[in-house]
Order: sequence, then C-alpha cells, then structure tokens
Amino acid sequence: MFVARSIAADHKDLIHDVSYDFHGRRMATCSSDQSVKVWDKSENGEWHCTASWKTHSGSVWRVTWAHPEFGQVLASCSFDRTAAVWEEIVGESNDKQRGQSHWIKRTTLVDSRTSVTDVKFAPKHMGLMLTTCSADGVVRIYEAPDVMNLSQWSLQHEISCKLSCSCISWNPSSSRTHSPMIAVGSDDNLNVGGKVQIYEYNENTRKYGKAETFASVTDPVHDIAFAPNLGRSFHVLAVATKDVRIFKLLPLRKEMSSSSGPTKFEVQTVAQFENHNSQVWRVSWNITSTLLASSGDDGCVRLWKANYMDNWKCTGILKGDGSPVNGTS
Amino acid sequence: MEEVDVEPAITVIPGVDSSQRHMGFVWGRGDILLYETQHKGTGSGEAGCPLIHVVRKDEDIYSPILRKLFNESHHIFVGLQQSKEETSSKTKRPQFVSVSKNYRSVIRACMEELQEVAVSTRDAALSAQCCSQVSILLAVELIWNLCEVLFIEAVPAGSLLLHLLDWVRLHKADVDEKAQEVLQSDSPARHHKYWDVVICYVLQGRMDEARQMLAKQASQQPAARSMFKTLDSLMKKMPVFNPAGSQTLTEFDLKWRHWHEECELHLQDGSFSSNSNLETICKILLGHEETLLNQKEQLSTWYHFLVSRLLYTHPSVKPTELHYYAQSSMDLFLDNRSDPEPLDSILLVAFEFDIHQVIKDCSIALSNWWFVAHLTDLLDHCKLLQSHNLHFGSNLREFLLLEYASGLFTHHSLWQLAVDYFDHCPEFGRIYLELQIERVPLDTERKALKVLRICEQRQLAEQVRSICKIMAKKAVRNNRLGSALSWSIRAKDAAFATLISDRFLQDYCARGTFSDLDLIDNLGPAMLLSDRLTFLGKYREFHKLYGEKRFAEAAKLLLSLMTARIAPRSFWMTLLTDALPLLEQKQVIFSADQTYELMHCLEELMSGETEPSDKRTVQEEDIETTKVELLRLALARNLAAAIVKEGTVDSL
Repeated sequence: MFVARSIAADHKDLIHDVSYDFHGRRMATCSSDQSVKVWDKSENGEWHCTASWKTHSGSVWRVTWAHPEFGQVLASCSFDRTAAVWEEIVGESNDKQRGQSHWIKRTTLVDSRTSVTDVKFAPKHMGLMLTTCSADGVVRIYEAPDVMNLSQWSLQHEISCKLSCSCISWNPSSSRTHSPMIAVGSDDNLNVGGKVQIYEYNENTRKYGKAETFASVTDPVHDIAFAPNLGRSFHVLAVATKDVRIFKLLPLRKEMSSSSGPTKFEVQTVAQFENHNSQVWRVSWNITSTLLASSGDDGCVRLWKANYMDNWKCTGILKGDGSPVNGTS
Repeated sequence: MEEVDVEPAITVIPGVDSSQRHMGFVWGRGDILLYETQHKGTGSGEAGCPLIHVVRKDEDIYSPILRKLFNESHHIFVGLQQSKEETSSKTKRPQFVSVSKNYRSVIRACMEELQEVAVSTRDAALSAQCCSQVSILLAVELIWNLCEVLFIEAVPAGSLLLHLLDWVRLHKADVDEKAQEVLQSDSPARHHKYWDVVICYVLQGRMDEARQMLAKQASQQPAARSMFKTLDSLMKKMPVFNPAGSQTLTEFDLKWRHWHEECELHLQDGSFSSNSNLETICKILLGHEETLLNQKEQLSTWYHFLVSRLLYTHPSVKPTELHYYAQSSMDLFLDNRSDPEPLDSILLVAFEFDIHQVIKDCSIALSNWWFVAHLTDLLDHCKLLQSHNLHFGSNLREFLLLEYASGLFTHHSLWQLAVDYFDHCPEFGRIYLELQIERVPLDTERKALKVLRICEQRQLAEQVRSICKIMAKKAVRNNRLGSALSWSIRAKDAAFATLISDRFLQDYCARGTFSDLDLIDNLGPAMLLSDRLTFLGKYREFHKLYGEKRFAEAAKLLLSLMTARIAPRSFWMTLLTDALPLLEQKQVIFSADQTYELMHCLEELMSGETEPSDKRTVQEEDIETTKVELLRLALARNLAAAIVKEGTVDSL
C-alpha cells in the first residue's frame, strides 16, 4: 500500500471523524474545533473543500451521510449533548462556479442529557431514520416521516441500555430476511456484565427488544460494526474493545410458540486479536466485507482478512513514524 | 494444507506519530483514508498533523498499459466461459491449451509494450516502475507456461522433456543475441563469447545450431579435424524422441543408452583430451553433474540446470519423477547459500504437481489477483481442481474471481469488465454485484443509464429502483422537473411521482404554462403510476383539447376530473376558473346536467373551506370572493341558456 495523496484538512483542532458519502465522491470531516467540513472530489482526483461551518458548541464526535436517495444530507453529534441534521441547498450559479455550497440546519435533536457519542442512519429500506446514542445510556431512534421536509423528525423509540453507550451499528441486511437489528456498545468500566447488546425490532409489540447481550465482552467497547451481508444466513459483527473481536451470530430456529419474542442467537467468537497492545478504538468493514480495519492504542491501523478457509489474519499494518511530510498534493 | 505465516506488510504514513497519537481511518471504494487523532479526551486545542492521507493498494489498475492486459484477458475469459459443455475432457484439451496460449501471448504483448516504455521514457521513476512490472510479468508468464505444460497439456514421458526444453528455450533467449554478436564479428571462432554460445546451445539441446557454430572452429583448426568430426558425429547421432513417430519410449530409451555409452567410450579413450572445450562439451553430453554445475553462468537458473540435466541423463523422465529431480537440482544449484526466492518455491511446487499450493503461493507473492484468478479459472475448466468448500460454500475459483473483480470495480471504466466476472460466479457473483454496482458514481445521465441497463438485464430490481430514485432526487434538487419525473416513473416510485406532479401543478399555477410538455403528453400508461400523475396528464389533455377548440370534449374532461375525484381538492378552484371561459362562450358548451354538477362542485368546495381566513390577506380574500361570485353568475347564466337550448325543439 502507498500514500496516493495527502489533503490538508485545515481543521483548527483534532479531527474525530471522517465519513465518505455513498459513492465515494464526497467526504465530511468533523473536529474538536466544533465545525464540519465537506469536501468534493474532482475528476482528476483532487479534493476541494466546498463547505465549512460551525455545527455545535462542543467537540463534534461523528459525522455521517444519509443515503443519496434522500438527497444530500448529513448528521453530526457532539459533546454539547445534541445531534443535528444538515441539508445541502443548491446555491446560486456564482457559488457553483466558486466551488462553494451551503448547508443549512434542518433540525437539532436535544433529547440527550449527556454527550452524544454516535450518530448513524438506519438502512435505507427503513425510511429516513436517524439513531443516536449517548453517555446517558439511551439509544434514540428518530424518523422523518416526510422525506421532503427534513425539519420534522419524531422520536420513535428510546432504548434504555442502562450502561453508558459509545457506539451503535445497524445490521445492513435488507428487510425481507429479518427484522431491523441494532448493536450497541458500551464503554462503561464501572459495572460488570456484557458490554455489547443486540436489539431487534418486534413487529407485534412495535418496539425494540433485547435479543442478546455478549457476556464474553466485559471490557469497555469503543466501536462496533456489522459486516455487509453477503447472502449468508448468519451475521458477522466486529467489536473494538481491549482487543479486536469478530463474532458470528447464528439465528437459532424459532420455536413455533415463541415467534413473538426476539430471535435467539448462538454467538461464536470467530477471531480475537490483541496486537494493538491495549485498547482498540475503531473497527470498520470495507464495502465488500472482505477486509476489516482496526485502529488502537499502538497508533496503528491493522487490516484483517479471512482466507478462503475462513482463517483470519493480519494482512497489513499502517503505521505513522512521525517523519515529516514532504509536501502535500 | 499448512499456511505459511507471512508477515503483514507495513506501510509507513508520514506525518502521523503513532507513538503519540491514534490513527483514525475510513474505508473508501478503492482506498482508505487515514488521519491523526486522539480517541481519548475532548481535544487538545491543537490540530496535530493536519493531513488526511489517501492510501491505496493497487497501482496496477491505473496503469494504461496493463489496462490492455485486463481488457484482453477479459475477452478470453468470457469466451472460455461460453464454450459449450462437452462430455469428454479429452477433446477439450487442445482448446484449453489454445486458451492458455492466448493468455500468455497477451502477457507477452503487455511485457513488450512495458519494455518499450521503460527504454524510451526519460522519466526515471516511470522507467523503474515499468521495469519492475516487466519482471513481474516475466515471472508470471514463466509460471503460467510451466503450468500449461505440466497441468493442461499434461504430456507423458518422452514428450515431457521436449516441452520442458521449449519452455527453457523460450525463457533464455539471450543466447541468440550473443550468437548474432559472435557471427557478425570478423573472426567468430576467436570471439571471446564463442565458446559460451556453443555451450549454451548444447545445454539447450540445440544440436544443429551448436554444430554449425563448431564447424567455424573446425575450419580454423585443420589439425584437429578428426576430433571435431567425432564430436560432430556424436552430436548428430543423439537420439531425440519423436512423439508422432512409431518408436516406443522403451525403444527410444534403449537407443539413447547405446548413444550414451558411445559418448562415454570416446571420453575414456581421450578423443577430446587435447581440447578442454570439446572435452567439456562431451562431458555435458554425458550429463556429468560437476561439469554442468560449472556452467552456472550459462545456465543462470536452477530450472535450466534441471532440464539440461534431465536431457543428458534421463530424457525419458516421467511426470511423477520430476519433483525428485527438481528438488535435488535446486539444492545443487543454489548450493544452500541463500533461501529460495518465491518464484523458485512456486516452480518447485509446480514440478511436484501440487496445483493448490501453486495457486496459494502465487496469491501470496503477487499483489494483484489477475494471474491467479484467470489461471485458476482455466484449471477449473480443465477439471483439475478438487472442490474445496469455503465457509460459505463457494470454491477456490470463485473466491479468486470475486477478489479480482472487486478490485476492478473501483476503476472508473474497468468496472464494466468486472460485471462479466461476477456473472460467472454462480454462488456469490450476484450479491457481490448488487453490493458494488450501486456504489458506482452516477456522474452523468449517460453513466446512470449504463449502470441501469446492466441492472435491468440481470433483474436487479432493487438496484434499479434505487438508482432511479437517486437520479430523480438529484433532478428535483436542481429543479429539472421533467428529468425527475421520468426517473420517478422508471423507479416506479408512486410517492415521488406524486410529489413531482404537485410541483408541476404549482409551477403551472404560478406561471400559467407547463414545462416539459413533451414528457407529460407522452406519458402513456405510466400515467397510472400515481393519482396525481394521472391528474397531471389529464389536465394537460384538457388544455390541449381547449387549444384545439374541441370545447365539448374539453368540458366533459374537466368535469370528470372533479366528479371522478381525480383532481385534488386543492386544485378545484383552478379547474373551476378554467371552466369560466367555456361558460362564457356564446354557444352553450356545458349541458344543464353538467352545469348542475359544476354548481354542486362549487358548493362542495365552498362548504369544505373552513380554513381560518387569517391565513390569507384581506386582498386575497377579496379576490377569492370575486372569483366565486363570477363563477356563480357564469354558472347561472349557462344554466339558463342550456335549459332554453335543450327545451327548444329543433325546427327542421
């Protein structure tokens, strides 16, 4: 692997999240400088900042794009206890020529009493739904019933996880095969008990019920990610905790009588890696779910791949040696 | 199958200090972005390294010369998949050999082009890159060729050695260059490379050329003529197996042993003792190990040594015996001085006929999946791979093709090739395609249509809908309502079609004209997608009828829009206002019954309007009231006229 180019991000403080849009043509960055920047990739591969604005009154932890079916929409969450939804407005032709665009705030979600640690859009087949989780231990699911009017969002579900939440991940597989499922990770280090919880939507009660708690994960969890489903009958979940863990969730066949409860799963640990020395902070799957990347306290990013015998191995390490950069492109 | 534990490759990112900070990342379509960050705490007030690094793996798909390789091999691949299933694999073998040769010729063509660029360019970095790509392709072609000989052609003993000789000769072509140099000199026999050339020819079993060269020396030394003649005759008489001939392998073997003995006799009785070069040649003919090993420079590789050794000690070698000779040849030649290179290990494993290990080792050694994917596919067609069940039920061939094609998908034009590869992966091709095709950026309408066509051909209904929706949404944002509407129709998105129809109608109310008339006029059955769309179509039809002065039909249509509840209530006032000119015509257009209905509609509309009037200004209120009054008056007048007209008996 090699560094193809470097972009001067120009944030005045640490960058906490970078998010690519669905097609990989745009990117959003957010920072402790309380702003979000949007970048567009030109035909020759260069990135230009087309918008930069103050979004919150505290560090912005995460930023994420909605599916392009809903237009150009971003969501951000912050230490200031709020999450916000932003929409790009098609500007004057002058602006287009100058390569600038405008983003306006559509709504602010103020229900959390503590820092909002993660914000994610639900899979698009569920409509335009936004999910947040906070240090107050609550996962909130909001819906915009009218996709043409993004200023109206209603709080549809509040899931009380009882432990401070740090991350959420929706199971991306489509609706026909199973009910919506969301994994929640907790970075609580005071209580004992499993720090990964799986909630599943129940058609009958119209509520989210807990399907599973991973008893084997007892250390604080910093990140969690479902792998894209490749037509498998089971789900794959990566967890960033004191090590990198990969789990397989196999749905057990439902009994005829208990069809009203959440699906029962068998949870198998497929892989466990301690290479990052102490804490693993982020895990994320590539688009085809053939590679998992993780970053940790050793300051490195590691790439993990399963060979055709389903054995997981580290196939690459990306490491910074603090050497000065020659020049940006 | 034990996995060799390969150390993961380390890539260094400049500017990021891993000892002080964390590294954040995000996956892209063909790259990964990295940046310095800190996951603990709320920020330190300073940005640290301000750069975001774009890190990529494959350089190959961006090389314009290699692109030809991908394009042409794609062509061969598709052709291979489409060849019909026949019962006997024996009859298909020549076809597979020909496919294999096609692939190899594509590799060679690519190598030649790269070589040219490497030599002609002034850009040192480019030249270096081309050179390294050439050496990789050389290795690839070498391996492929050997696999073709051993696995696909799978020739028996006798022919086997001949094929291996061809293989070596093809990859050690520098002897011809040297020979040219020698022959073109003033005195070839005295050229310092003369004996090198002769020996090279002998090592490669090219007897005729060796003898021709020797003749030059012979003519220079008339005194030693008998010595040269003896050697020449030995070389001429060397038995060579003829696969097409009637001689059996046993007969050949016997003949060869006789010849070998004759050579031995001549060596023992000192026929060549006065000329060390000739004696060396004789020893080579006898397959003396030490002599052969002394020719390391001419042989340059252990596998050349292997083939030469076999040629002169055991030309009837069987395929099953190869691995023994290969291992010992490698050990002898490399002398345990250094570890074998990956290429050496792969060739050795090929000589052992361990196809799976060859594929595995190549996968590890090469960064691009191109080679292993195509070779494995071909070997699979030859039915040489045992089926190896993966954890999700696929096999090795499919695994490699999926990897290769996924890599292609991130390229702005090569992605189209990838589609065909996915098509020929029966287990997971479809879902991989679904996942990746929806990520292709829809920069232009043309590109979107291209992507759509591919999805429609394969009945990827959800992807079709999604792409159309994305395009519709983009069009709406840019106020291109016509485009948005046609995309919504294609997406079969009733809700969105309704929305856009509403916009059209709003536009009409604001400006008095329709935009995109062509589209609305030619909706056809698509009109039925949503009620609002149907109304839009019919409303436009009304305007057309009116324009063509077909008033009676226009009137009837207008009324039906309200009575059949096709028109949204919010639009009724506009419709009634449209009715005014028809009511105020000299001739009676609306019949009495129709007029009653219109009045009924008006009253319905009025009674339904319980909106708080503070929504409108006083001015607007006034206009509304005036409009209603006008309508009532016109309706009343029309009613009167209609009654009179209908009551009047036509006088004949």
